[in-house]
Parts: sequence; C-alpha cells; structure tokens
Amino acid sequence: MPRYIFKRLLMMIPVLIGVSFVIFSMLYFTPGNPAVQILGEGASPEAIEELSNEMGLNDPFFIRYFTYLKGIVLHGSLGTSYSTNRAVMTEILSRFPTTLKLAALSIVIATLIGVLCGIVAAVKQYSVFDNVATAVSLIGASMPNFWQGLMMILLFSVYLGWLPASGFDRPVCWIMPALTIGTSTAASIMRMTRSSMLEVIRQDYIRTARAKGQKEKVVVFHHALKNAIIPVLTTIGLSFGHMMGGAVLTESIFGIPGLGNLIVGAIKARDYPLVQGGVLFIAFAFGFVNLFVDILYAYCDPRIKSQYSTHKRRKTKGEVAQAT
Amino acid sequence: MKMQKTNRKASQFGRILSRLCQNKAAVFGMVILLVLLFCSIFAGVIAPYDYAAQDLASRFQGPSLSHFFGTDNLGRDIFSRVIYGARISLIVGLSSVCLAAFLGIILGALSGYYGNVCDNIIMRAMDILLAIPNLLLAISIAATLGNGIGNLILAIGIGSAPGYARIVRASILSLKDQEFIEATRSVGGNDFQIIFHHILPNCLAPIIVQMTLGVATAILSTASLSFIGLGIAPPTPEWGSMLSAGRQFIRDAWYVVTFPGLAIMITIFGLNMFGDGLRDALDPKLKN
Repeated sequence: MPRYIFKRLLMMIPVLIGVSFVIFSMLYFTPGNPAVQILGEGASPEAIEELSNEMGLNDPFFIRYFTYLKGIVLHGSLGTSYSTNRAVMTEILSRFPTTLKLAALSIVIATLIGVLCGIVAAVKQYSVFDNVATAVSLIGASMPNFWQGLMMILLFSVYLGWLPASGFDRPVCWIMPALTIGTSTAASIMRMTRSSMLEVIRQDYIRTARAKGQKEKVVVFHHALKNAIIPVLTTIGLSFGHMMGGAVLTESIFGIPGLGNLIVGAIKARDYPLVQGGVLFIAFAFGFVNLFVDILYAYCDPRIKSQYSTHKRRKTKGEVAQAT
Repeated sequence: MKMQKTNRKASQFGRILSRLCQNKAAVFGMVILLVLLFCSIFAGVIAPYDYAAQDLASRFQGPSLSHFFGTDNLGRDIFSRVIYGARISLIVGLSSVCLAAFLGIILGALSGYYGNVCDNIIMRAMDILLAIPNLLLAISIAATLGNGIGNLILAIGIGSAPGYARIVRASILSLKDQEFIEATRSVGGNDFQIIFHHILPNCLAPIIVQMTLGVATAILSTASLSFIGLGIAPPTPEWGSMLSAGRQFIRDAWYVVTFPGLAIMITIFGLNMFGDGLRDALDPKLKN
C-alpha cells in the first residue's frame, strides 16, 4: 500500500505541471496589463514600462513560465500577489481553512442525508418514501446552488430572522452555506446509493443471508451496504473535491472569505500569480482527495486491498503439488 | 437493399421512441423541453413587453395580471425577461454541448483508435483538464476570453470536452477489435471510413445521453458564470445575470430572484428527466 500511495503521488507531478502550464498559458493570453492594473489607468507609459520590466512581464512566454516553475520547485513559492503584495501561498493558506471547514460540514450533511435516504429508498423500492425521495432528489439535483442559497436567505434571514445572511465567523453562520451545498450534493449521493444498493440487494448472497435468518439490519448494513459502497464513495470523493474549489458561488452569496472567492476576485483584478497559485492548489487538493478515496476503497473492500498488495502469498505444499 | 436498411433504422428508432414514451417521467421532461423550445422560438410573440423596456415609474411591482412575475429595479417586466432568457440559455446550452461533443468525439476517436503515443498524449491532456474543477476551468477560460455569448459557448464547450473524449475513447476501445471492423478493413476501408461510418454510429447512445444531460450542466454553468459577472452582460436577459442583479433587492422584492431561479430549476429538471429516460430507452440494460 505505501508503494501504491508513493506511486500515485509521483503520478500527480506531471498532472500538476500540466495544470500550471494550462493556467499560465490562459492567463498569458488574457488581454490587459497587470502593471496598468497596479499603477492605475492614469499612470505614465514610462512607469508602466518600468514596472513591466521589473515584474518580468516583457520576457518571452517560456522564460516567464520556467521562472515560475523554478520558484515552485526550488523555493516552494507560488509568487507574490499583485494586489496585496503578500506571498500567494500565505494568501491561499489564510483562506483554505474556511473552504475546508465549509466543504467538510457540507459533505457530512450530504453523506448522512444521501446515504440514509438512498438505503431506505432501495430497501423499500417503489414505496411512498422511495417515490418521494427520488422526486426530491431529482429536484435537488436540478436546483442551482446559488439560487437555493438566495431562497434560504429569503426564508431564514429575511422572513424568519433565524439565521444571519452572511459571514462565517460564528458557528450559526455555518448552517445555511453548509446546508445549501450539502443538500444539493445529497441528491446525487442518494441517487447513487439507491441504484448501487438495488444492484446488490438482488444478489444471491443477500438471499442466502436472509435465508440464514440474519436480521434485516445486519443484511442491509453488513452484507449489502459494504458491497454497494464503492460507487457511493466515488461520488462522495468527487463531490468533496469539487467543493474545495467549486464552492465559488456559495462563498460569494454568503460572503464567505474562502478560496473560491479569492480566486474569482483575483481573476477580476487580473492578479495572475494568485489565480495560478489558487488553481494549482485546488488541483493538488482535488488529486489528493481522489487518492484518499482510492485508499478508502481498500479499507472497504478486501478484494481491492489484495490488488494493492505487492507481496504475493507463498503457495502451500498442497497447492504446489496440485499445480504440478 | 437500401430500403431494407432504411426500414431497419426506422424500426430501431420506433422501438426507442416507444420505450421513451412508456416512461412517464421522460415524457414529462420532454413536455417541459418542448414548452421551453416554444417559448424561446416565439419569445417575441409570447412576451407581453420588450425585455429591455424600462419604466422607472413602475419599478418593484409585485406579481399581478399586468406583470405576471412583477418588475425589477428598472421597471422591466420579469416575465418577458424570463421568456427571452430561455432563448439565450438554450442557444448557449445547445451550442456549447455541440462544441464539446465535436471536440470530444474527434479527440476520443483519435485516442481510442490509434492508441499508443496518440492515446497517451491526448488522454494525459484530458487528465490535466479534468484535474481542474469544471466550473473553475470555465471561469478561467471565460476570464481569458472576456464576456459575450460566443466566448461563453467556447468556455463551457472546451471545459466539457474531456468528458466526451473519455466516453468516445472507451466506446471505441470496446469496438475497434470486433469482427465487423476487421471485415471493413479487409475489404479496403480506410481509417476515416472505419471511425466515422462504422465505429461512431455504434457508440452514439452514450454520446446522445451525455449530450442531453450536458445541456443541463451547460445551462447551469451559463447561469453560474453570468451570476459572478463573467458570462452575459446586462441588459441581455440571462437567468443567471438576472439573479445576480436582483440579489441586492432580495429583502424588498422576493420575486426578482425567485422566478429566474425557478426557470433554471424547471429547465434542468426537464432535461435531467428526459436524459434519464433516454438513457433507459437507448440501453434498457442500464435500467434498475
């Protein structure tokens, strides 16, 4: 297993170099000069030219790109933000805990609702609960996050006055953003759990377990869920990965100082190093979450664990004799 | 011979259509889509007011018989703007999905059919794009290209292409070594004929399903990008930009943000229902 993890981490390096190249190229061709952005529209051409030279903006594309890469590899530096003049890594790390907290809360809500409703819907297929849950999950999957957030503000903040409409400094502020992201993600988790459970629940070994007189709870949670969990874990992992960088709109609606908001602000301000660093960081986090999910597969399914194992089992004398 | 082939195609299409029509949810989704299509084509006839006509004397009027969905901060009729918004959403949704499918099919076909170095180069490039969350990639591309419908289509289309490339590649890998491909090659068929006349028609089902569901994602991305100011600029009536413009008035005028959001939700709901139904009709094995 450690060898597999190391191999996967190594495989992330070319992907991250590729991501940095793609984002760097896109921003290179973006119209507008960051020097003008920093000095303001009224700055003299000489001042703009001087600052451009100082920042290396007049250097050829590949020289700029390799200087950027060199900074990351040799010094672990993602550059300096044009707008705040602070290190990009410092900016990112100051915002990341908020994004991580929001993503973690949302995924807990999504998993609890999605997995439980999915299991009940599958076990009681075609019942009233199944039909209602399926319809609600379809509506939930169709609802744009940002609109759901606005509707929650309208209901819980404007009309009922129960919850604050913005901020993320107190636990009470976490409820609405986490519910907004969590409930919409719960819809896809529920659909995946239901279809995965339905596939498993018709298998012969489930019938055998029931025939042996096992309690229904044991059959569902011990026999069925364990075998149906892999696609569900994939959905949860992907959703969590997307939440790291994709909660841009929710962060914007609730005024949360997270990573998504930081990147969108940086795009609008043409703060290239901050955008590059932010996207690279999210791609790394995304890859890391995927790796974590892959490792989790092994703990949930011994068949997958055996594939990771590099040490082959020594054959017994009987097996050797049988083979020959 | 040609007539026999046409009859076979017609009967296959009939079977799919019949399976689709038996699925009530899919029919419901199809009806929603037809209504949306009708609204977008005949927006000029259905909308009671011009979408850009301002009437400052009647700003923030609640829903009534003269303004079904009320009016916004500039006194514009929200119902008319929602109807015209359907046109924009459908244009961007369909065009970006067509662009994504076109790019994805070409790249996926080359990758799956030729394999080796070609496959490695294309699929690693796709992996790189897939490593960036979809919306963030679309935001980055939209920021590079600037505002406007054309740029929005490019941003969403390029951002969604890797998904199609993966599907097409997987389908081609499962088909390219089959006997009918060998037979075509042995009678002198070239690579272009094999890919476009023999392999692709056999892997259309997953592509069509992905395209139907992709329109929903594209409409959502359009609204999201417009919401953060990187999509379609006002006064063009786009559902996302209407929500973005109306959010500051949410305390005084609930209807400004409610109806454009409902329009997005109903559209995506219809597309998802239709997409799911189409998937079941095209491949009944997938149905649970």
